[in-house]
Amino acid sequence: MSYKPGSVAVVGAAETTRLGVVPDMSQMMLHADAAMNAMADAGIGPGDIDGFACVGQMLPHQVAHYLGITPKWIDGTGVGGCSFMLHVRHAAAAIQAGYAKTILITHGESGRSRINATPVPPQPESLAGQFEVPYGPNGYVTLFTLPFLRYMKETGTTQEHLAKVSVVQREWASRNPRAMYKDPLTIEDVLSSRLIAYPFHMLQCCLVTDGGGAIILSAAERTSEFASKPVYILGSGESSETMMVSQMKDFTFSNAFHRSGKAAFEMAGIDCDDVDHLMIYDAFAHLPLYGLEALGFCKVGEAKDFIWENITAPGGRLPLNTNGGGLSYTHTGMYGMFAMQESIRQVRGCAAAQVDGVSISVSHGAGGMFCTAGTIVFGRDVP
Amino acid sequence: MKEEHNFADIRRHPYSGSRPTPTPETIHFWEGCKEGRLLLQKCLDTGKAYFPPRPFSPFTGKRHVEIFPATGRATLYSYVINHREATGFCAPYAIAVVELEEGPRMMTNIIECAQTPEALQLDMALEVTFVAVDEETVLPQFRPVTKGDQ
Repeated sequence: MSYKPGSVAVVGAAETTRLGVVPDMSQMMLHADAAMNAMADAGIGPGDIDGFACVGQMLPHQVAHYLGITPKWIDGTGVGGCSFMLHVRHAAAAIQAGYAKTILITHGESGRSRINATPVPPQPESLAGQFEVPYGPNGYVTLFTLPFLRYMKETGTTQEHLAKVSVVQREWASRNPRAMYKDPLTIEDVLSSRLIAYPFHMLQCCLVTDGGGAIILSAAERTSEFASKPVYILGSGESSETMMVSQMKDFTFSNAFHRSGKAAFEMAGIDCDDVDHLMIYDAFAHLPLYGLEALGFCKVGEAKDFIWENITAPGGRLPLNTNGGGLSYTHTGMYGMFAMQESIRQVRGCAAAQVDGVSISVSHGAGGMFCTAGTIVFGRDVP
Repeated sequence: MKEEHNFADIRRHPYSGSRPTPTPETIHFWEGCKEGRLLLQKCLDTGKAYFPPRPFSPFTGKRHVEIFPATGRATLYSYVINHREATGFCAPYAIAVVELEEGPRMMTNIIECAQTPEALQLDMALEVTFVAVDEETVLPQFRPVTKGDQ
């Protein structure tokens, strides 16, 4: 049985009460804080939830028990920052199959304060440990960014084009009181910020913050049992490529993004013209360029002009990363949850930088270094 | 000091950074490096070379493969220049991906070359060289091919 667009809905959604610097909460408590806020939004308690998913150092059975939830469906899919998109996709299938009725997905990460957060170093006998780590990559900032010089050469994209991504997202962040950074930026500001990993400057890299978020899903016919305004899951997709960025097939195009997006759009029966609002995971400033092209909003090499012409800026026809994104809003380490929270707010009509008349919003997540992708199409109405 | 650095290597000595730990599927590659040979593998059904090592073809899923020495000729495909402190390295230094003449790409470093955007031009010709970071570990590194060598 294939998924019928709109047959599962978001019936609760919230972020942690505070975002950014939260030195008085452990990573586990950030999961719980987000979960309690989402349960309050849905008007239910832990006893009403029978399915649970999360990712990261906190395991799903561990968090479920801490919250007082007894799950009969569990998902711990951990494929990087887009894992939450995959959780939503898997949960929608599980609800349709009758494995669970009310599923909670949580995220909590003490990315900045590092309380109860133990990083796992790459193992020296893993493939990356043998064939990448000895050459000195210094975290994601030197790996996720590695394809971009090739992209620049092939597409004629310049440093100024890349800087414009940060400038536009800061325009959105300036409208959002919860954004970590709100002061306007110029291209010059971005290019004069500290070089981190050439060609990337500090203001082209994501924030490192504490926070979390949670989403509750149920079948669409049950939405009247919950307190919140439902947002329907119209389509979803997932894909993967390689965990080693050096082995990515095409440095100018993310095939994983493309496959995931295509599956989600086909399931929802939509094309790019139907999308009123878009979120593309932006751990670094080049990801919106790759995302716009892989999802089909522009041809390869044209995303730089698309952003330069303010099409994705406030007042443009395709509002993108309207919370300010990982570059200006928040980025705990696994940002995908926050992209979906903003999509849900925009469809509900309650975002800080609300776009008029959003009936379809797409959240596209990336995992690792272009290694995985997950895409969710959210809708205001059942088609 | 930075200007006087000849970029013969980009690592600190003695090297305190990460080292590879071979597995049964990759040991031939690392032993090859100790002998000054860059060993790739080839699918005997399609004739295509692949990397990183595994005892089967990623193109066919069959074990019909062989190990062979690469020429060591490559071009610079992409890179970043890391400006932050990193254990075992002298920042700024480039982390590069090279495209081998046989087709596969691999991560490496570019040595005997200034670690600058001006010196590191995409598609420049490179050749493999081997650097012992300690008695146990020899890493493949690449260096620019000078005109006299061509």
